[in-house]
Amino acid sequence: MTTRMVGAPVARSEDPRLLRGEGRFLDDLGHDAYQVAILRSPHAHARILDIDVTDALEVDGLIAIHTFEDLPPRLQQPMPLLIPHPALTAGRTQYVLADGEVNHVGEAILMVVATDRYAAEDAVERITVDYEVLPAVVGPENALAAAQFVHEEIPDNVAAHLQQTIGDAPRAIAAAPHTLEFRLDIERSASTPMETRGTYARWDADDRRLRLYTSTQAPTSVRAAVASFLELPLAQVECIAPDIGGGFGVKIMHPWPEEILVPWVARELGHDIKFVEDRREHFISSNHERAQVQWITVGFDDAGRVLGLDVRFIHDHGAYIPYGLIVPIITSTQLIGPYKLENYRVTFDSVYTNTVPVTPYRGAGRPQGCFAMERTIDRIARHLGLDRTQVRGVNFLQPEELPYDFGLTFQDGRPYCYDSGDFPASLAMLKTLIDWDGFEQRRAAAAAQGRIIGIGMAAYVEGTGVGPYEGGHVLVEPGGKVQVATGLSTQGQGHQTAFAQIVADQLGVAFEDVEVVTGDTRRFQYAVGTFASRAAVMSGNAIHLAAVKVREKALKLASDALEVDVEDLELAEGRVRVVGSPDTSIDLKVLATLSNPLRYAFDDSARIATQFATPADPDAPPVGDDEAPGLEATDYYSPVRSTFANGMHAVEVEIDPETSDIRILDYAVVHDCGNLLNPTIVKGQVLGGVAQGVGGALYERMAYDDHGQLQNASFMDFLIPYATEVPAVRIDHLETPSPLNPLGIKGAGEAGVIPTSAAIAAAIEDATGIVIDAMPISPSQLHERRLARPVTAGEGTP
Amino acid sequence: MCRAVGSGTTAESASDTGDDGVKPPPFAYHAPRTEEEALATLGALGEDGKVLAGGQSLIPLLNMRLAAPPALVDLARLETLDRIAVTDTHVRVEARVTHERLRRDERVAAAVPLLRQALDWVAHPVIRNRGTSVGSIAHADPAAELPAVLALLGGWMQLRSVEGERTVEAGDYLLGPLESDTRPGELVVAATFPRPGVRTGTAFEELARRHGDYAMAGVGVRVTLDADHHVGDASAAFIGVGGTAIQVELTEVLRGQPYDALDKAEAIGLARASIDPTADIHATAGYRRHLAGVLLGRALETAVRHAAGQAPPDSGSAPEGPGPTESAAPGSAAPGSAATESAPTGHASGGYREETA
Repeated sequence: MTTRMVGAPVARSEDPRLLRGEGRFLDDLGHDAYQVAILRSPHAHARILDIDVTDALEVDGLIAIHTFEDLPPRLQQPMPLLIPHPALTAGRTQYVLADGEVNHVGEAILMVVATDRYAAEDAVERITVDYEVLPAVVGPENALAAAQFVHEEIPDNVAAHLQQTIGDAPRAIAAAPHTLEFRLDIERSASTPMETRGTYARWDADDRRLRLYTSTQAPTSVRAAVASFLELPLAQVECIAPDIGGGFGVKIMHPWPEEILVPWVARELGHDIKFVEDRREHFISSNHERAQVQWITVGFDDAGRVLGLDVRFIHDHGAYIPYGLIVPIITSTQLIGPYKLENYRVTFDSVYTNTVPVTPYRGAGRPQGCFAMERTIDRIARHLGLDRTQVRGVNFLQPEELPYDFGLTFQDGRPYCYDSGDFPASLAMLKTLIDWDGFEQRRAAAAAQGRIIGIGMAAYVEGTGVGPYEGGHVLVEPGGKVQVATGLSTQGQGHQTAFAQIVADQLGVAFEDVEVVTGDTRRFQYAVGTFASRAAVMSGNAIHLAAVKVREKALKLASDALEVDVEDLELAEGRVRVVGSPDTSIDLKVLATLSNPLRYAFDDSARIATQFATPADPDAPPVGDDEAPGLEATDYYSPVRSTFANGMHAVEVEIDPETSDIRILDYAVVHDCGNLLNPTIVKGQVLGGVAQGVGGALYERMAYDDHGQLQNASFMDFLIPYATEVPAVRIDHLETPSPLNPLGIKGAGEAGVIPTSAAIAAAIEDATGIVIDAMPISPSQLHERRLARPVTAGEGTP
Repeated sequence: MCRAVGSGTTAESASDTGDDGVKPPPFAYHAPRTEEEALATLGALGEDGKVLAGGQSLIPLLNMRLAAPPALVDLARLETLDRIAVTDTHVRVEARVTHERLRRDERVAAAVPLLRQALDWVAHPVIRNRGTSVGSIAHADPAAELPAVLALLGGWMQLRSVEGERTVEAGDYLLGPLESDTRPGELVVAATFPRPGVRTGTAFEELARRHGDYAMAGVGVRVTLDADHHVGDASAAFIGVGGTAIQVELTEVLRGQPYDALDKAEAIGLARASIDPTADIHATAGYRRHLAGVLLGRALETAVRHAAGQAPPDSGSAPEGPGPTESAAPGSAAPGSAATESAPTGHASGGYREETA
């Protein structure tokens, strides 16, 4: 074996192309396509009485206008409820175009097709819709109060009510020496990728074949949905995710109405059709996340050990619930974090409101759960006057207790069982990294200058790599290149690099000779998708397994050709060679040629291969019963359950004593995702997550008014942190390998965003002495809180 | 890319550019090559004409279809109206001068330090490289910095039309939120900022949610000390806390105070009573009022030190460091020297060089 690639900080091979502007994103495609504009509801809740398109018909360049009534019966059915659950008793999904009623601002009402987007927008402007405006339900508590209904036939606005328990929390709390009760609030945010949604369809009338490009995290599922809605054979539908300018969860939702409408219209009109969402549309028609109200009751002993925890929360899932209960179930379970909870009860109501639907955004319910648990631990420490890290320490599951099955059911329907980790070791690393024990000295020095600073931390455990499966295909070409394909798509994670590292190691080929394709159903048909921090775990291991098969096949071919035992062979430098006698070797590309009994002499490899060809057994078929032509293999990885990564963040903040402005002084992360495939990529994932976490903690909120109007549907008013707002982050890694998969890896994609709000809230609380129970928090909000209870520097928590 | 409907000799067709992706409503596009042609076009268009300079406010409004002027008159192809003149008495900035060019001009920074002090807060380099200072004043956003600078220094705007030229003082020009006294057919050709007198210090302070955003509150301050370093007169102009820049005279409450022991309480109280902030999703009205007072206190301290000559004019907590010095015209900024003018002499590779005209 030459230099090992897995674990090395290999530079991302996709970057030169992207940095040169050679990326091929959705809107780079289909320049000759007709363009679509969608007329969207301006009301949060209304009945559609009449649609008058007369004036629009005069617009130059108009091709077609479609309302619900113009759709074929199959497209008049509700969109799929992707993930049903027994507790989801009142699930509602939207239609591709509204059927007489709209339930949030931005819901699609009709579709205009024109020669260009300008004409399409002009036509939309000239269409008049008469509405009967209905009362809007906004906010989780209003939903539960149910004075108004989002869906007439659901009179409590509740889609699901679910409770999970470990032990007997109420009894344990009643018997505990100390109890605390409080409420927490997390506001709405959203994925807001730089590239909005987009779909481009090409209908080939000769082949009766559809090619669909769409900016998605789940191309195989979009393909299946489109084939179903358009009643096409699956084989006649190709779906390709081109370069994607960020997903962060919103593009795992599928199919979007436009992903059905665009290919349908392409077939109807026999013309290429493209839809690209604009930024305002993205705010009001692409899904959001986060919003929850939580009520916590906790009982604990003098050491701060949690004896019982009872959590109730309302999850605001918006107007529809296409993705089922995934987000609140993740909150319910992942809330536990690294702690040993023996008495736990969690109850949630998932409620309808007249707002954009909620489906996973990076973290997917975990930031809310982490906020609940970590704020609880901090409250306990404050109540008892104990150091916050000490209270965490007494509650940690110990490494020797793992694997630990809590007796709950996780998002994948499997046992909630932690497989690996060493929480005390992670905490020790974090305390060193941020110099936790030296903070009081820093606080005193700052106070002497009239400055207010504070420190906080938060810990989380993240279930990653959920099943059911992913697959990988590895093919050594006679030309020497290795082609790798997996079905899930890429939104900037560096899959091309990480997967090539895995294959290079197994086959002993140069990293540069491995070419990876993701998200193209022409290359790999079976896949689940890129979400839940699962791509490296699932596709990484599947590709690893496929590469192992190719390796075995290569060794067998070489063994026959060189007449050497397999045990005496190794793969290195693109060849199979005899251990200890490297001059006796055979090139992989020659083996690739040998693997195919039909060897036309197209190139040198074929001519060389002829020399090695063993005499054919006249009584055996050229391709044996258990063989297939080609030096290639496909394999799948399907885990019994998720693998659990973990991490801890610590942050120091400074509060301006006069303006209450909040500044992050220092940020430290200790992260455990098992074996690192590529430390540079993992670091990038963590940093990106922290950046989004800072957004969620200090800047981002979807500001709905009482009428369900989103008041900040632009990047001018929805504040994503700039580079200037994101702190430098110091990262340390603990590697506790997962026992569940061959590579010993755990997911890393979402980690960075999970504990950020909890850690920053803790630091602000420590600095000001004011209990922070709602995030995000702005200087204005902090100012009002400080006015209500003025404090001076040095009055922080112990 | 623009989407134009052809009209007149200078109007162009959108299809020439062959790109797509933005979607303003239809407009006629004019790109005059001379000021005379621009004035004639604006005169002919009357109410229908809208001047496009840097486009940093107008283009987003068009693309979101919040504005739909029938015709745009783009100044990009003019070869004039791009000068910065620094004289013994003032700095005159013509319509096509970008924020960044003005910010980096050492003669300007020496003559009217408040300009760089304020421009350091204006948005980000990408926006400052395109947005024009005169355009920003004409746009009259109540949270913009430059209208406050013009008001605080008692500056004026020059407007031309086919019918002639008029000059409008800052106080008369800035009428309200996004409302300035620019009449149909008129082109704002320049803004003039008088030099502050001797022993005068200035400062600009603001706080935004994010670096470079419109401020939740901001204030420019001008303080003149007497020979004994006591406050002679003082004034402040606030942004983001009313319908337009709000000027508050502070002379009465600060006069006679020693510069190194200012009692700012009364000034802060007066300021907080004089402004009219409103709540929005970023801050409450009460917070803005409080913040305006805090920022005033900080700006006053910086300004009096500046006036007393204890600190360089660039000090303060502005987010951008001082601009580079390569474009300084030696000696040109010294009071009493001859008037100097500059115009950009090339835009190769996205940068520019300055030469003294």
